[in-house]
Amino acid sequence: MNIDVVELSRLQFAMTAMYHFLFVPLTLGLSILVAIMETVYVMTNRPIWRQMTKFWGSLFGINFVLGVATGITMEFQFGMNWSYYSHYVGDIFGAPLAIEGLMAFFLEATFVGLFFFGWDKLSKPAHMIVAWLVALGSNFSALWILIANGWMQNPVGAEFNPETMRMEMTSFFDVVFNEVAQAKFVHTVSAGYVTASVFVIGVSAWYLLKGRHMELARRSIAVGSAFGLAASLSVVVLGDESGYSASHTQKMKLASIEAMWETQEAPAHFTLVGIPDREARETHYAVEIPWVMGLIGTRSLTTEIPGINDLVAEAEQKIRSGLVAYDALMTIRAERADTPAEVRATFEEHSADLGFAFLLKRYVEDPRNATEADIVKAANDTVPGVGPLFWAFRLMVGLGFSYIAVMAYFAVTANLRGMRFPRPALWLAVIIIPTPWIAAELGWFVSEYGRQPWTVDGVLPTALSVSHLSVGDLLITLAGFVAFYTVLFIIEMGLMIKYIRKGPTEDVEETEIWMARHEERLQAAGPEGLASPAE
Amino acid sequence: MILYELIDFDILRVIWWVLLGVLLIGFSLTDGFDMGAAALLPFVGKTDVERRVVINTVGPVWEGNQVWFILGGGAIFAAWPPLYAVSFSGFYLAMFAVLAALILRPVGFKYRSKRDSQSWRNGWDWALFVGGAAPALLFGVAVGNVLLGVPFHLTEDLMPMYDGSFYMKFLGLLRPFAILSGLVSLSMLVMHGAAWLTLKTEGAVQLRARTLGTYAGIVAAVTYALAGLWLAVGVDGFHLVGEVAANGPSNPLYNEVARGGSWLAAYGERPWIVIAPIMGFVGIAMAVLGLRAGREVSTLLWSKLSIAGIISSVGLTMFPFILPSTVDPDSSLTVWDASSSHQTLFVMLVMAVFFMPIILAYTAWVYKVLWGKVTEDEITGSGHSY
Repeated sequence: MNIDVVELSRLQFAMTAMYHFLFVPLTLGLSILVAIMETVYVMTNRPIWRQMTKFWGSLFGINFVLGVATGITMEFQFGMNWSYYSHYVGDIFGAPLAIEGLMAFFLEATFVGLFFFGWDKLSKPAHMIVAWLVALGSNFSALWILIANGWMQNPVGAEFNPETMRMEMTSFFDVVFNEVAQAKFVHTVSAGYVTASVFVIGVSAWYLLKGRHMELARRSIAVGSAFGLAASLSVVVLGDESGYSASHTQKMKLASIEAMWETQEAPAHFTLVGIPDREARETHYAVEIPWVMGLIGTRSLTTEIPGINDLVAEAEQKIRSGLVAYDALMTIRAERADTPAEVRATFEEHSADLGFAFLLKRYVEDPRNATEADIVKAANDTVPGVGPLFWAFRLMVGLGFSYIAVMAYFAVTANLRGMRFPRPALWLAVIIIPTPWIAAELGWFVSEYGRQPWTVDGVLPTALSVSHLSVGDLLITLAGFVAFYTVLFIIEMGLMIKYIRKGPTEDVEETEIWMARHEERLQAAGPEGLASPAE
Repeated sequence: MILYELIDFDILRVIWWVLLGVLLIGFSLTDGFDMGAAALLPFVGKTDVERRVVINTVGPVWEGNQVWFILGGGAIFAAWPPLYAVSFSGFYLAMFAVLAALILRPVGFKYRSKRDSQSWRNGWDWALFVGGAAPALLFGVAVGNVLLGVPFHLTEDLMPMYDGSFYMKFLGLLRPFAILSGLVSLSMLVMHGAAWLTLKTEGAVQLRARTLGTYAGIVAAVTYALAGLWLAVGVDGFHLVGEVAANGPSNPLYNEVARGGSWLAAYGERPWIVIAPIMGFVGIAMAVLGLRAGREVSTLLWSKLSIAGIISSVGLTMFPFILPSTVDPDSSLTVWDASSSHQTLFVMLVMAVFFMPIILAYTAWVYKVLWGKVTEDEITGSGHSY
């Protein structure tokens, strides 16, 4: 096994997946915001809302195309760089990817063209339905991708088949209703909604600062902040749900995120900040809050959360058990139908730990030849990088909570205080535009880096999952992706900024005429009428 | 729950083999004209507005069309995991080239007309040309390699291993027969793109598309016939040896395979499959005549028929082989030993049966809404055209 190939494959996957996720969150959220705006247009018939739909829709389109383009890479990268993974779990993992295509991607991709080209070809309600179908498709897409990813975190509804040397599905229902997948889905789409809200509010705030497109900007802030407030609450609640499910499905990830080296008496304390030290297996300068970790992780005061040291000892036991399974598997493979019944029974008993024996493949070709020292090393390998996880998680959570405050402020000011935003608040809205992307990427980092050394938790080690490729092959594609994606990113950002600077360009005259009439009517209604220009 | 036993494993495998073909054909019929039109772009459009007409014929539909490709990848992953694992890692650098081209294409469609600069637009026009022509060629090259056999073997753990390094993963794929196959697919899709442009455009663009499409059709017919001859005399086939458990576990190593004889022996065993190449040739002939006569709708339909025939002919000729191995024939992937489990195939079939009619229905509706010629006036007068 060539460790350089493993590390380069990981780097390439991390890079292309994180790049893809620069575009996904905005697609998820902006598709819904645009559909909401168009719904308001259809219900009120006010041209300003059509202008808003078209303007935000054009930014949505620039973003959407790169989400689609970089998604192509994701669909094929498993086969290209992770062929043993593809063979080993394709029976389960492939299904949600294919269903995503059938149920979601076809829907959003077929209708997104009509959204842009159908303005003059469709009735108003029909066009609005098209906008909602695009939003629905995008969000369904996230559902199936997270079912696939959730299975990597918590591989339910599947068992190993010695005849085919792979995991096979035993219950489609369990795979779909995997608790990890469901919590991650809502958490992820909500994060997308927050991203889009921060984006819409930030761009609108910039217009208000420049004194341009005030009407469009105010209404956009009103919609964005209301939507964003609900979404930011949902992100935090479902993030907590993910933490709770990790306490019984991915104990090592949870302990590493919290830098919890020793099992504590319940309820465990929460380490707010500190400096995790892997060598010494302790966290220096820790600031601790009693009880909180136990409450979040187990929702009880009496359930223990195991620490890293105990989990390593447990992993060592599982490796030994996995070796028994591996030995039985070799007999089954050689004898096939003639395998003695007791060997099959032994295999059944230990097969759940088979993946742990594969951890030894990093050190020896045949796990059965592993020394005691190899087993200890492999057990220690089950601890992911504690320091990066500890800090990435805290930064993500801090950002997550801050959006509740930001959204609440803008929602209240927009709806109850007549849109009177102080300039520093508007500048803040502009400055924080990039932060939800940072939070989202950190979230994926915690989820995926925290699952190491596994691609499928407890089932298949990352080091075993790769394709039979050379370092040269990987360097060529890695360099290609870096160069290609960098150019595309520069082009995308350039167009995004160009179109934001340009502002709304369609239906300008019609909107202005209506606006003038509308102002007149408001003036006639007196100062009370102006209190809520967002309608 | 053993609901999935309602349909036998071997029957499910055949159904999914057919569906694999349906997806490949669906992809070629829809995304095929995008690629063909993009490959024709610099030649049928001489002025900026002419090129915009071409781009706007595919502008509203390329996203949906491309999903056939994505779904093809997902369906191979779900229904034929060993094929997904072996082929994409084996054709590694070729796959990378295809991905790069396919990423370039949507970006080109969307971004090209967003700036007024002439050099910006010219740059994207060539990017679109590459994004259309390169995958059209490379898909055919891949099919050619599948017919020739690919140098991989599976270990006892069923890990796919490849013989040869950089050379084999890209340049090694460019064997003469494979290049000929690539020319078949390129010319076939260029003809299809021309048929699409004949339907959707008028004036000078349509006239040039008709002329170039006629040439492409003739090239397609000649190269397809040559590839058939070559298969008859110069390419070894593969066949299963001994008893095969069509209901057996998906482990390619359990079946014995021998190399030798001709792929075309299949036409002796199952004479009815000759219908596929006939569809190919008749479709091309009628499409070429239609292009010359300026018929619009029927030309596109004949072109579709030819594509369906040509792609089916490959699958039917090779059945039950999906990906034969030259270095270790026993590792070859066949319909009987390279599928997903019984239950997964059943679940996926239920999903496909439920969703495919819905997809076809709304896709048809979208094409109906967009029916009609794309004109220069329409583009210059509208803010949302590409």
